[in-house]
Amino acid sequence: MKRIAVLAAWSIAPVVVLIAFFIVPVGAMLVQGFWPAGRFDPAGVAEVFTRPRTLRVIGFTVWSAGLTTVITVALGVPSARLLYGTLWPGRRTVAALFLVPFVLPTVVVGVAFRLLLSESGLFGFLGLDGSATAIVLAMVFFNISVVVRIVGIAWENRDPRLAEAAATLGANRLQVFRTVTVPTLAPAVAAAASVVFLFAATAFGVVLTLGGLRYSTVETEIYLLTVTHLDLQGAAALSIVQLLIVVILMVASARVGRSRAPKSRVRVSPRPVHWRDAPAAACLVAAFALIAAPLLALTTRAVRFEGTWSLEYFRRLAAADEDPSIGVSLGEALSTSVRVAIDATLLAVVLGLWIALLVTRRPRTSGERRLLGGIDAMFILPLGVSAVTLGFGFLIALNRPPLDFRDSGLLVPIAQALVALPLVVRTLTPVLRGIDERLREAATSLGASPRQVIATIDLPRVGRPLVAAAGFAFAVSMGEFGATSFIARADSPTLPLLIYRLIGRPGEGHLAMAAAAALVLALVIMVVVVVTDRAHERGVVQW
Amino acid sequence: MNSAWKYIGVACASVALIATAGCSTGGDKSSDKASNDVVLLTHDSYAVPKELVKEFEKENNIKLVHRAVGDAGSLTNRLVLTKDDPTGDVVFGVDNTFASRALDEGVFASNDVTLPLGAEGYLITGAEKKLAPINTASVCVNIDKTWFADKKLAEPKTLEDLTDVKYRDLFVAPSATTSSPGLAFMLTTTAAFGDDWPQYWERLMANGAKLTSGWSDAYYVEFTQGGEKGKRPIVLSYDTSPAFTLNDEGTESTTAALLDTCFRQVEYAGVLKGAKNPEGAAKVIEFLLSEEVQAAIPDSMYVFGVRDDVELPEAWAKFAVQPTKTFDVTPDEIAKNRSDWLKTWTDVTSK
Repeated sequence: MKRIAVLAAWSIAPVVVLIAFFIVPVGAMLVQGFWPAGRFDPAGVAEVFTRPRTLRVIGFTVWSAGLTTVITVALGVPSARLLYGTLWPGRRTVAALFLVPFVLPTVVVGVAFRLLLSESGLFGFLGLDGSATAIVLAMVFFNISVVVRIVGIAWENRDPRLAEAAATLGANRLQVFRTVTVPTLAPAVAAAASVVFLFAATAFGVVLTLGGLRYSTVETEIYLLTVTHLDLQGAAALSIVQLLIVVILMVASARVGRSRAPKSRVRVSPRPVHWRDAPAAACLVAAFALIAAPLLALTTRAVRFEGTWSLEYFRRLAAADEDPSIGVSLGEALSTSVRVAIDATLLAVVLGLWIALLVTRRPRTSGERRLLGGIDAMFILPLGVSAVTLGFGFLIALNRPPLDFRDSGLLVPIAQALVALPLVVRTLTPVLRGIDERLREAATSLGASPRQVIATIDLPRVGRPLVAAAGFAFAVSMGEFGATSFIARADSPTLPLLIYRLIGRPGEGHLAMAAAAALVLALVIMVVVVVTDRAHERGVVQW
Repeated sequence: MNSAWKYIGVACASVALIATAGCSTGGDKSSDKASNDVVLLTHDSYAVPKELVKEFEKENNIKLVHRAVGDAGSLTNRLVLTKDDPTGDVVFGVDNTFASRALDEGVFASNDVTLPLGAEGYLITGAEKKLAPINTASVCVNIDKTWFADKKLAEPKTLEDLTDVKYRDLFVAPSATTSSPGLAFMLTTTAAFGDDWPQYWERLMANGAKLTSGWSDAYYVEFTQGGEKGKRPIVLSYDTSPAFTLNDEGTESTTAALLDTCFRQVEYAGVLKGAKNPEGAAKVIEFLLSEEVQAAIPDSMYVFGVRDDVELPEAWAKFAVQPTKTFDVTPDEIAKNRSDWLKTWTDVTSK
């Protein structure tokens, strides 16, 4: 049996999952757009691109996502270096705090930003309310954790001997940076930047809340076209734009990802902080301020009651099931969220490790390279496609056996796992790619089977990032709102859904209760992240 | 063993492994559908007290499976996209602004539910047997009475007043494209001003009206009585809103709805064509129209029940004044013009 056939056989399982829960549903929505009333009408889709509004929307999407990516990388990479490469008290907590924005429901963040930026808010004097700047700021707020996390883990797992060797050989700091640091981090930065761009390009709730009416992205436009105008042709045209953006991005980031220096592996101990870290520290402080301000606005909203500090709103939340308009308590919503998140995390981690191990096998022929590259790229597709399209696609495509899933309780974890999956894969592949191929070759020449190579070379090194990736996936699933809200759910709302419910109902204190619930969500996520980070540090997790 | 079969075996085993990975806790409870199940589809704002649901299930030997999905627009689209193979038996939450789209696509079956007194007034012509009215509320401009008293400024009364320079920069409303009260307000203006409605919006925007994406954003963040120190004393909300802004003594509401600026929203329930349990579905509609549920509707869904013979909560009876006359647009007209109106509206307001 040829090696390529073996690799292909191992790709079947993850690819089947992707086809069933992504390609088929999204394809079904595209069919609705291209075949309106059963007749093939590509002209109708093409017509969408002649509308001036469409071009404006696409332009704004690319511009805002591009700017977000640049700012996020500029602030995030130095922050990651400090958080994961140097030793100072509280760095784990700060690192965990950085993850919180990413998983907060956009409805809450939108309101938090508006509380700060509106005419009456603390930063109202800046006049940013409803501006494009506000949208970009909020997107940076959401996505900075992606950069910090992915780059930070790559930084922790780098080989310090290269830099030491270069320095010993007489390279100055700049030369070390240029010849060692940049090539080492480039794949992780490229991976993180492409994910951030996709997240920003498909941002939904935050654009809707902060953009007012002046700004619309491809994602919000798909929502408007689908839900308000039932214009499935327009939605199909824009879905194709989204797919194109993903493909272009993948091709670009794959180029950066390949140009890396060979590495081997030694655990890097964080070093003490040095005065030369001052510029990086400035970035960290700026990033921290951007994250802290809206969180602080939420916190004060949640713990101030009639002019005093109080836990009143948390008490009300705990008994919210007695409020007939809410009907679910904090505890119930939290336990639903946790159960769904466990399922989603299991799915994302099993699939993610599987895919990461597969795509990091060194290709020996061009056919193998194409196969592995194609699989690698395929699984980032779900990040770039509208939750609305996927949600309605589930509805019309998954209605008969063997895919009778549209009202299954598993659909929500599956959808969330699809969102978390690219993050798991992108966290693991840089680490696996960083393993010196000579180790695998040595093992093979000593008689190890491919499976034994994975068990003895790959898995021991991936344990640490895998736990971190699992924590990340769990957090993403806990906070996911977009896809979840378009899928019919049994009558057991998750925590983000409870928050949405609170915000949408009149009544004294509901907004403060929503802020309190968001705070609980943030705390749970922080605890999960801190624990997963600590667990493997103390060697609890061993392979 | 043939090596090709070996790899097919590997592939199958791996699919099975992944398939089981997700089954740890969530489990698929909906797969074992019993014949006495009724699946009720609603939007996210549906809420009925649990005790009433339990009683109903026991009395009728029915298991009510509730599924909530998005807003009224998402719900209607769901019905249309799945009309050949519906995902439920009965739907609640299609309102008069979305009804025609669903009716035109033929998603409803006829039902024999007897309507209680008070409900007939809200029936849709031509769909009397298909859509049963359940609740109603009017979207009206609301004002902060204390703000106008403090400023010694006369309160605005009509739509036209909102374009008066006296009330410049004071009004905030949710967008028509992203919010259902926002859409209702746009419809109010089409009914009030006929073909000149886009000009009205031009004047309104020129007078400093502010638009937000959703109702909560307008009411909480921008409105002076929303509790967040907002700066605008005029907001688009509901006729029921004043019942939630009582003064400390509970003797008076600090806000009022302008009753000459209202559009009536009615939410309907209907049995779906192709329902697996049409008898059970009709019983659910009767349940939603029962005295108990109708009496609970104000507190749980913040709207009025359609029944005449149930008592309102005290604060509602005193402070939630319903308009006697509203601006109306028939569901047919809305269905026909919705998309064009919204495009015109977007053009005018985003200038």
